[in-house]
Amino acid sequence: MFIQLIEQNTIGRGKKNNDKKILIANRGEIACRVIKTAKLMGISTVAVYSDADKNALHVSMADEAVYIGASAASESYLVMDKILAAIADTGADAVHPGYGFLSENKAFALALEAAGVVFIGPNVVAIEAMGDKIASKKLAIKAGVSCVPGHMGLIEDADEAVKIANKVGYPVMIKASAGGGGKGMRVAYTDEEAREGFASSKNEAKSAFGDDRIFIEKFIEGPRHIEIQVLGDKHGNIIHLNERECSIQRRNQKVIEEAPSPFLDAATREAMGAEAIALAAIVDYDSAGTVEFIVDKDKNFYFLEMNTRLQVEHPVTELITGVDLVEHMIRVASGEKLKLKQKDIKLTGWAIESRIYAEDPYRNFLPSIGRLSRYRPPVEGKTDDNNEESAIVRNDTGVYEGGEISMYYDPMIAKLCTWGEDRGMATEAMKQALDNFEIVGVGHNIPFLSAVMEHDRFMRGDLTTNYIAEEFPDGFVGHPLNPGHARAIASCCTLMAQFLAARAATASGILPGHARSVPTHVIVDVGERTYDISTEKTNGLYLVTSSEDGSDKAAVELEISSGWTPGQPLVKAIVDNKDFTFAAKPIPQGYMVYYRGSTVEVNVRIHAHAELAKLMPEKILPDTSNLLLCPMPGVIVSVLVKEGDEVQDGQALAVVEAMKMENTLRAEKKAVVSKVNAKAGDNLAVDAVIMEFG
Amino acid sequence: MPRGLKGFVLKDILQQLEERRAQARLGGGKKRIAVQHAKGKLTARERISLLLDEDSFEEFDMFVAHRCTDFGMEDKGFPGDGVVTGWGTINGRKTFVFAQDFTVFGGSLSETNAKKICKVQEMAIKHGAPVIGLNDSGGARIQEGVVSLGGYADVFQNNILASGVIPQISVIMGPCAGGAVYSPALTDFIFMVRDTSYMFVTGPDVVKTVTNEIVTAEELGGAKTHTTKSSVADGAFDNDMEALAEIRRLFDFLPLNNREKPPVRNVFDKSDRLEKSLDTLVPDNPNLPYDMHEVITKVADEGDFYEIQKDFAKNILTGFIRMDGSTVGVVANQPMVLAGCLDSDSSRKAARFVRFCDAFSIPILTLVDVPGFLPGTAQEHGGIIKHGAKLLYAYGEATVPKVTVITRKAYGGAYDVMAPKHLRGDLNYAWPSAQIAVMGAKGAVEILYRKDLKDAKKIAKHVEDYEKNFANPFKAAEKGYIDDVIMPHSTRKRVCRAFAMLKDKDLKNPWKKHGNLPL
Repeated sequence: MFIQLIEQNTIGRGKKNNDKKILIANRGEIACRVIKTAKLMGISTVAVYSDADKNALHVSMADEAVYIGASAASESYLVMDKILAAIADTGADAVHPGYGFLSENKAFALALEAAGVVFIGPNVVAIEAMGDKIASKKLAIKAGVSCVPGHMGLIEDADEAVKIANKVGYPVMIKASAGGGGKGMRVAYTDEEAREGFASSKNEAKSAFGDDRIFIEKFIEGPRHIEIQVLGDKHGNIIHLNERECSIQRRNQKVIEEAPSPFLDAATREAMGAEAIALAAIVDYDSAGTVEFIVDKDKNFYFLEMNTRLQVEHPVTELITGVDLVEHMIRVASGEKLKLKQKDIKLTGWAIESRIYAEDPYRNFLPSIGRLSRYRPPVEGKTDDNNEESAIVRNDTGVYEGGEISMYYDPMIAKLCTWGEDRGMATEAMKQALDNFEIVGVGHNIPFLSAVMEHDRFMRGDLTTNYIAEEFPDGFVGHPLNPGHARAIASCCTLMAQFLAARAATASGILPGHARSVPTHVIVDVGERTYDISTEKTNGLYLVTSSEDGSDKAAVELEISSGWTPGQPLVKAIVDNKDFTFAAKPIPQGYMVYYRGSTVEVNVRIHAHAELAKLMPEKILPDTSNLLLCPMPGVIVSVLVKEGDEVQDGQALAVVEAMKMENTLRAEKKAVVSKVNAKAGDNLAVDAVIMEFG
Repeated sequence: MPRGLKGFVLKDILQQLEERRAQARLGGGKKRIAVQHAKGKLTARERISLLLDEDSFEEFDMFVAHRCTDFGMEDKGFPGDGVVTGWGTINGRKTFVFAQDFTVFGGSLSETNAKKICKVQEMAIKHGAPVIGLNDSGGARIQEGVVSLGGYADVFQNNILASGVIPQISVIMGPCAGGAVYSPALTDFIFMVRDTSYMFVTGPDVVKTVTNEIVTAEELGGAKTHTTKSSVADGAFDNDMEALAEIRRLFDFLPLNNREKPPVRNVFDKSDRLEKSLDTLVPDNPNLPYDMHEVITKVADEGDFYEIQKDFAKNILTGFIRMDGSTVGVVANQPMVLAGCLDSDSSRKAARFVRFCDAFSIPILTLVDVPGFLPGTAQEHGGIIKHGAKLLYAYGEATVPKVTVITRKAYGGAYDVMAPKHLRGDLNYAWPSAQIAVMGAKGAVEILYRKDLKDAKKIAKHVEDYEKNFANPFKAAEKGYIDDVIMPHSTRKRVCRAFAMLKDKDLKNPWKKHGNLPL
């Protein structure tokens, strides 16, 4: 669908491509992404697949598919010889490596060259130079690209530390050479702090790592991750396609990206673009690539590294520039001159990408695998066909309903992108698109992504790479439902309950004249909130009047229409002329509602029943603080303590293997083990009790 | 107000009526009601108001009083005598109901109290509507002695006569001990409320005195025990409110009596809906499990599955769905648990469910993925032969429309049990992944080619040959043992059509007083 956005004139539909064939040395969504463009260009495609991917989407999309080995990437996608054999077998003319796997592997590019096959990526020199942190930094300095100022050498004493700190400019970060995990790190704003910091870092480093070597670099305040997309050809032309901001990361894994950055002004963008081009030029860069920068709160930017491949988050750039990056990669790889000049590169509107991962946000983002028993992404394309200025939804994925998220690869389910005329519109479209995304069978991070979209700080664009760590310090526990949404949910659930009551009255065997009347006046609980609701139907629209218990505010009227029918897990309604979509699962007297990161129980009752509901005892969840629960389905590898042992805070208690990963479970507090319920080899379900504490 | 000579008398009576009604509504009085509420339990009348449609309850025998004159009982009395009875509607369909009132003499069963229950039972049989009993009783009224026991037996007798004529549902919402347990035990379904209900023949005190065993009431006969271990109960709910809402939901699936067809209602789900994702449900590796729930919810109208005994013998699934708006009972092997094999517990569970469906003209859909019967001394000594035979008997005896879909394995004797064509299955389908054979390839080859056991190569070849022959639905299809091989994605469409075609099925068993099923 996204192709609608892309300059139509550059897509070659000429017959001349018919005899060309591209092998995609990758899997999942990126393989599908490349196949889409190749098809539009009239190029035939070859997929490769492992055991686990036998039924994968990329295999069915490609014209041909070649089996390349066992499920583990190390036995298939990473094995150069197998890819080369697949190329030989199918007579592919070129290889697109996607990202990851062999995409930045110099040996692979060389092997292709030797085999006379085109590598759809940059030249080998560029891959090699940018693949090395030190070499790339040296090249950057040579190209006049700004790097994080610092002193690479080791520092002898406090005086030297102060001298260097002054040279670098405050604030500085004093770091242990062997450091990690924040240990042996100090930030200094003054000479005095630099002196003290040096001493304490040195001590800490010595005791923590047995290595007290110290160095100093500029401390980046409010760091943001902003990267420039570049595109070059084999004829010395290089352009940039603006920036992407990827500051929202969790443990260095990007989660949400956007283009442009809400932080950059035109001048900074131009300066960063120029430096990115300068760096690319120094290695004769001749494909799509990304120059990553770290940007401080004063818009100073410093080079981090260059990725010599197509990035995961490339769709946001495509959405704001209308350029199909894959198409241009293919064209320049085949020797074509870049038709695009820098002045042709537009920056239209705003695009956001949310990476939808198979992981459980409520359990510290543990990966989740399994069968997608339901997978219904939102409709792609314009969100409103009748509107010229409509937002656009794009979903890049490699899965389908009934498919499997396997343990062998990256657990990404999809990359959901939205485009709008401005950031607000793109954000709103993203919220709606996430609301309309149905995934059942594996845990997923949509509640978390929705919560971020609802977050004030995100809406302000006030981002840093510490955003998630700062805003969700205790992990994700759900997002509070805002009162307006709670009221809309209460109103919709009332109409749903009425629908069910009216339908029940259609059953056979009803006493004539004694069908139950549909209640039009009810009490609705939405989590902690309670609404007194009455409804009225006029011309297919429902007028729902609600007043909130314990609130002196006047009753609110909402006009609602919906095509919802029983059995649909997604409730799509129009509330006061605005689309409103939430997921609902039936419970005895209402629905469990899932909306934008909140999970709330909604009960719809007539007044008399609502009074009785107050008498029901509160459900007391079992106290699990004295239990060690299995955090995921898995096998116990070992139990490290025995009954009667006193354990310390943080002590390892047991090791559970799940998805071929060994996870060490640790004590959360000092306690005595009173009972051990599991032994090595036991197969445990999630939340099974492994041991109890006294 | 009527005037005239008698005016003031009538006025008096009307006033008395109001007073008596008010008193009856108060049950055992405000204090006892407060105690009931404090325990998280509702009163009998409150429960009925949740169970039935608003204002639909018609009460009988509100003023009945007990007749006991011993132990000072002559001075104590409450109108209604500890049980509220009558009839009303659930979503417009009639049902009879009795609710024991714990606030009156602890809900204990007296002679008059039993008579009230018997009255609704008899009316229900005569007028063809279910009886729902809400149990919350301390047991027999000790002061009345044998008269109370007689009352129990009268209720039991009616339970027995009503069995198979009208659906009987019991909800245990408080204590239910001693002889009292046998009335629910004779009904079709028992549901319990977690933490506030328990059932046992003898309580923890007696257990301790007689056997020295120390056990809590919850452990001895709480909801968890009866839904997971004893299988006495068919389901458990968190509180009174949830329980009664779910009984309403169950009621909507059931016919009112054995002369009526199951209810039909408007449906918002196309009967020809295709489910592409079912094509990838059964894993390539026959030893890998998958969740049979997914087939059920994707085949059912609106994904709605009312599971019966979901916490017991989880290797078989039983419950109600609708197809084309009409109730269908589902029995399905569950490969996720014990590979879906049949054992004593799962056989009994499914047999009872099949007999309920057959008694009330509910068509049966059977989904088969069964590797066989569970081997071992525990099973053999536990009487798997007789228990397995119960399911066999139930399927063979059933005359309702029977549609079977074999999704994967149908091995050995278990194939014969799981509603095959040979047990008068009406339409039997197989997915392409079906394997219908006496046993799995490896086991068969080890018996057939004992002499080659040491030669791994030869055995592998034999296994391959056997699989080629039997690891598919075609051998069975050639014999007509299955009517068609269907694509998983079209299962809903094909099964809906099958039941539509079978709507007017007319099949009768030979006349008999009753069969002698292997109890």
